[in-house]
Amino acid sequence: MGRYVALGLFLILLIFLGYGLTLNPREVPSPLIGKPAPAFRLPTVADPAKSMGTDDFAGKVTLLNVWASWCVSCRQEHPLLVELARKGSVQVYGLNYKDTRQDARRWLASFGDPYVASAFDEDGRVGIEWGVYGVPETFVIDRKGVIRHKLTGPVTPENWAKTLQPLIQRLQTAD
Amino acid sequence: MKRTLPALLLLSFSLVAIAAGVEPRAFDRPEQEARYRALIAELRCLVCQNQNLAESDAELARDLRDQTYEMIRAGRSDDEIVEFMVGRYGDFVLYRPPVTVTTALLWFGPAVLVTLGAVLALLYVRRRAGRTTGATLSEDEEKKARALLSGKAVDP
Repeated sequence: MGRYVALGLFLILLIFLGYGLTLNPREVPSPLIGKPAPAFRLPTVADPAKSMGTDDFAGKVTLLNVWASWCVSCRQEHPLLVELARKGSVQVYGLNYKDTRQDARRWLASFGDPYVASAFDEDGRVGIEWGVYGVPETFVIDRKGVIRHKLTGPVTPENWAKTLQPLIQRLQTAD
Repeated sequence: MKRTLPALLLLSFSLVAIAAGVEPRAFDRPEQEARYRALIAELRCLVCQNQNLAESDAELARDLRDQTYEMIRAGRSDDEIVEFMVGRYGDFVLYRPPVTVTTALLWFGPAVLVTLGAVLALLYVRRRAGRTTGATLSEDEEKKARALLSGKAVDP
């Protein structure tokens, strides 16, 4: 009898541990989901005299992609973003996080520039407002300017097809 | 060994001191510095996850220390600063998250497990105690045992 109780407890423990293995500890749920996107206006990477901000998203479903030239995973997701922008699936804006203008421009020149514009967040202040803690991060913002989803880590063909694309399509057709 | 142990301990403490990337900060009042230290010890670094802001050398931890410092200098209260961090990074930034439905297991799980373990151990011990009382010796065996204990040799 006691043997079965012990076995039962062990199995329960095993289920919990097994479930724990499927979770990603780096993925901290963002409290910003469902809230209006934190407003910002910053100079762009391309031209310090021009600026880019949350107002520019107005009325369109937007991906805000947080990237940096020093970020290795950004390079991994980049070709997909370039392709999405080329196909016009969704408008993509960039938030260049804690980078130098020179490095950022060189990076875009060599890997392609999918962004309508990239804001230059040199000291990472806007990053803090958006709860950025691991680049790359991608936010889905709906037409009313509300954050609907946050992806920590690179956009991959899998998570694009499974999560991002269906969500974006739904948001684009909703009013 | 007697001398090396304290030396090793001292060394490990000094390593911790080096690892902690805590910049010197100037405050108007000592009370502000105490609050600053308490806050960066309570807030968790999101990059390294098992270190607080005071211990972590990650860039984000440094930025969040700057943020905390500036908010204290600007006269914001501890609650306001914690609210600011939680609003952006979630309850995860707190080493002591508020008790909610989702954190209940975290808060009470260990106590429940310890209680459960104690109850099971108690039941087990009781059952075993009941089982061992039945052992008795026959008259012959008892005689032998007594002889052995008194030190006299006996024929087998």
